[in-house]
Amino acid sequence: MVEVNHKAAIEEQLETISTQLGISRRGFMKFCTGVAATMGLSSTAGVQMARAAANPKRPPVIWLSGQECTGCTESLLRSQHPTLENLLLDLISLDYGETLSVPAGHDAEANKQRSMKENAGKYLLVVEGSIPTKDDGVYCTVAQKTILEHVIEAAEHAAAIVSIGSCASWGGIPSSGPNPTGAKGAPQVLEGKTVVTIPGCPPNPYNFLATVLHFVAFGKLPELDTKGRPKFAYGRLIHENCERRAHFNAGRFALEFGDEGHRRGWCLYKLGCKGPETFANCPAVLFGDVGNASWPVGTGHGCFGCTEQGVGFTKPIYALSDVQNLHPPVSFPDVTETKGEGMTAGAGALLAGLAGAAVGAGAMAAKNLGQTDSDSNG
Amino acid sequence: MKRRDFLKAAGGGAVVAAAGGGSAQARPNREPLPEAVGMLYDSTLCVGCKACMDKCKQVNDMPMEFTTKDKLWDAPRDIGAKTLNVIKVYKNGTAAVKDRETDGYAFVKDHCKHCVDAGCVSVCPVSAMLKHPETGVVTNDPDRCIGCRYCVYACPYNVPKYELDDARGQIRKCQFCNQAGVERLDRGLLPGCVEVCPTGASLFGPRDKLVEEARRRLALKPGEPYAYPRGHVEDAHHTHEKPAPAYVQHVYGEKDGGGTQVLYIAGVPHQRLGLPNLPEWSYASRSEGLQQTLYGGMIAPGVVLAGLLWAAHRRSKHDDES
Amino acid sequence: MSRYAPVGGRLFTGPFILFSILALIGIVFIIERFIFGLGAVTNLNNGYPWGLWVVVDIVIGTAFACGGFALALAIYVANKGEYHPLMRPALLGSLLGYALGGGAAFVDMGRYWNFYQVFNPSVINLSSVMLEVALCVFAYIVVLAIEFSPTVLERFGARNAKRALGRVLFVFIALGILLPTMHQSSLGSLLVSLGHKVDPLWQAYEMLPLLFLLSAITMGFSIVVFEGSLSSLRFRTTGERPLLEKLGPIIVGMLVAYLVVRFGQLLLSGSLGRAFAGDTRSLAFWIENLLYLVPVVVLASAGMRRKPQALFLAAISMLLAASVYRINAFLVGFNPPPGYQYFPSVTELLVTVGMISIEVVIFLYVIKRFPVLHRAEQAA
Repeated sequence: MVEVNHKAAIEEQLETISTQLGISRRGFMKFCTGVAATMGLSSTAGVQMARAAANPKRPPVIWLSGQECTGCTESLLRSQHPTLENLLLDLISLDYGETLSVPAGHDAEANKQRSMKENAGKYLLVVEGSIPTKDDGVYCTVAQKTILEHVIEAAEHAAAIVSIGSCASWGGIPSSGPNPTGAKGAPQVLEGKTVVTIPGCPPNPYNFLATVLHFVAFGKLPELDTKGRPKFAYGRLIHENCERRAHFNAGRFALEFGDEGHRRGWCLYKLGCKGPETFANCPAVLFGDVGNASWPVGTGHGCFGCTEQGVGFTKPIYALSDVQNLHPPVSFPDVTETKGEGMTAGAGALLAGLAGAAVGAGAMAAKNLGQTDSDSNG
Repeated sequence: MKRRDFLKAAGGGAVVAAAGGGSAQARPNREPLPEAVGMLYDSTLCVGCKACMDKCKQVNDMPMEFTTKDKLWDAPRDIGAKTLNVIKVYKNGTAAVKDRETDGYAFVKDHCKHCVDAGCVSVCPVSAMLKHPETGVVTNDPDRCIGCRYCVYACPYNVPKYELDDARGQIRKCQFCNQAGVERLDRGLLPGCVEVCPTGASLFGPRDKLVEEARRRLALKPGEPYAYPRGHVEDAHHTHEKPAPAYVQHVYGEKDGGGTQVLYIAGVPHQRLGLPNLPEWSYASRSEGLQQTLYGGMIAPGVVLAGLLWAAHRRSKHDDES
Repeated sequence: MSRYAPVGGRLFTGPFILFSILALIGIVFIIERFIFGLGAVTNLNNGYPWGLWVVVDIVIGTAFACGGFALALAIYVANKGEYHPLMRPALLGSLLGYALGGGAAFVDMGRYWNFYQVFNPSVINLSSVMLEVALCVFAYIVVLAIEFSPTVLERFGARNAKRALGRVLFVFIALGILLPTMHQSSLGSLLVSLGHKVDPLWQAYEMLPLLFLLSAITMGFSIVVFEGSLSSLRFRTTGERPLLEKLGPIIVGMLVAYLVVRFGQLLLSGSLGRAFAGDTRSLAFWIENLLYLVPVVVLASAGMRRKPQALFLAAISMLLAASVYRINAFLVGFNPPPGYQYFPSVTELLVTVGMISIEVVIFLYVIKRFPVLHRAEQAA
């Protein structure tokens, strides 16, 4: 009975949300199903997510910003439908967030402390931007505390920690040489804790949304790789799903911007595209919901590897990438693999039979020779 | 002449032959032709994209080679009658790191090495295998070929392949995209595989320039940036910069087996890549040297025949008498 | 008094019919090869471009056919005229063996329609061992046919022609010794250009021609003993036995010379250690050389040589030894490209069996209808 009541309450809430958002209930369900599809989950998971999103008990979120440009927040605000920011604000209870929270100054700080105490072990910590660590982290302070202290403090009782953007994931631009502030990503300053990383500059909002909704809906994080990246989004190289991949395979490359190959949409590898060494789902989900001209390769410029530590902001933009997906290279003939026909049962038997016949004949002849010998002697 | 004298004479002939055999290098290795073209394959640059295999099939008009069950993919396992160029892999253990011998992997491109002193040219009875007098490219003329497959048997790199499944088959091998009807080099184009190579792992150019380039690369410290040319070794426009890997200090093909026009440098020992460990004295020169010692000017067989004629004549007179 | 005479008798005996059937089976698959290509009948691949046909039918087959060569050496060079009675059957065996070796080469030759290029002076490559072998074998077949022709002429009573031929026959006899010397040694030289592709146990480089020549001559003598033993059994031609016995010391001498060169080369090149590796190849190596040793031991004593049984077994051991040597050098010791393997297919084996059967059938026919075997007067 309780469950039925609960369900009814959620259904009601779904109606309320759609009214609030100015979109139909159907449209809202579609959104959630779309998010589920991003993660390769079934449509029932989408329904589950919709229910979770409609749940009046919204999970509290503490959103910390370190050395960043707010690009991650900006890209998140521009995801899918015009009212998504509203949804986000309704889906989660953003108890602290420098860009988006309503209170400011001491109020904001007090609200954060209250929420962290009340929701200890239940809130979601989102880190945006890199964390300076040099000179005790003095290069970025908020409310007279370094962001390093903020992050460590907030991480203490967080239910889950998500780094959004390359800066928070591995240091991003601030950490590129010479890295004057000793900038690091959240996983590096929070060693020993599970930190979900959503790298990208900016990251694809759907990868973030999908991860958060997965957590809200199922109470656990999606499957992660060794770098804390959700596998559904970062499991494959850009190269693997690239719309220009066929040109790579066929050896058709643009050699200069504006040359014939470039105009015909050939592979940008020779122009330094980092797709072959960058793990992200950009070619599959694209960017900004405006068609494929909105992601780098679609615009005619190579990927520059923003999600990948050691590639984006590190390698020269037009240096060739190291193709990564070819190991362990099962699709290559091994230098020493077996070829040709070995002995078949039939051939072996025939040969044995022939040998047997020859031996038999030889023995017979030898025996007869022995006899004629004794005949002539006798 | 008595029988004893004959035996002495015959023995003398044998000594002549033996003395020739004593001088090991009756026919020294051939020298690289001054205008020889070549290819430098840098295993550390190869990314395994197989664009070269695709282009090779296109240029040479070769059929697909299906080896998987679904028969959907051109997936040759080795060079063969349908495939002139294959990217193969060396794998060890976890195959985690490229160009590392243990727990690593490395690519290698297999096709004709266009030997300086080519075994196939040396063994072919009817000169169907020919080495171009200027470029040194080794080509095959099916109109002469009798299909004995001695070249397949004798090539130290196992390159020539015969179309065994065809009653009117022929030898297939890489001819540097310069065979009749293709003539890419004559038209000033690069060989197909070099043209499409995105990293310059296959580099075309005069053999001596390629040897210089290879030596320059081996001299680099690991991590030192180097502008790698793509396409032609002397093309300064299409270079790309990359930190140098740790090269194995050997230019394979500079001297190996008498030298080849396709040179290999790599990050793992060359033998791991299926390149045989060959003496500098080419097999072709050793074999031809032996033949020339025994049959040079047909002197030794002539001496023996003279002796035999004498003996047989004398003996068959006895036959008549008896 | 004895003379050459046809054996006569019924042609369609049991063995004759059996071998005819085997020959026909082989011919069927030879036809298949010409229609569908080598790959359809053989297990050949591009790692093992030479298989059973080349090694057994040509390399071993022609060595089996060295009886004529070996006897000619004994009769004309070593001046042992008493072996003349063995000459005709040996020549017939050689002619058939070489003709079939040539035939097998043609069957194995991928582009046989271009064969004439071997005689085209503008394209031939004089440094090719293959060219030398091809030309020598071809020439030797012609020489053998001429050497054997007196038998045919005798059969048809062309006395004048026979006498005219007799006057120049010595030229062909001399060529009949020179040509096999050249190409039997060259069968070994074929392997020089393979270099590392032949295991060091068999890759003797400059010694290969000598080893192949010696093994061919020993094989020639062995086949004479073998054929002589068999025909004495089948057709009761006992008169040849003392001659066969006398071949014993010659064979032992050849074998010892061979073994000295063989092991000397391995010792000097430092490859003898390979023989103790304990792998398949070292096993093959010891089988081969023990087979060589058996006849040395057996034929060393004069008492044993007098026993036809011992003589026969020694001949078989010797034939096997030389055959195994050639199979080892060309196939077992062959290092194919990495990963390749080969074993003859059933049809491939049947073609080889068919080839040998053709030889046997023709041999049986000729000795029954032509004056080939030397028979005691009273037996005829």
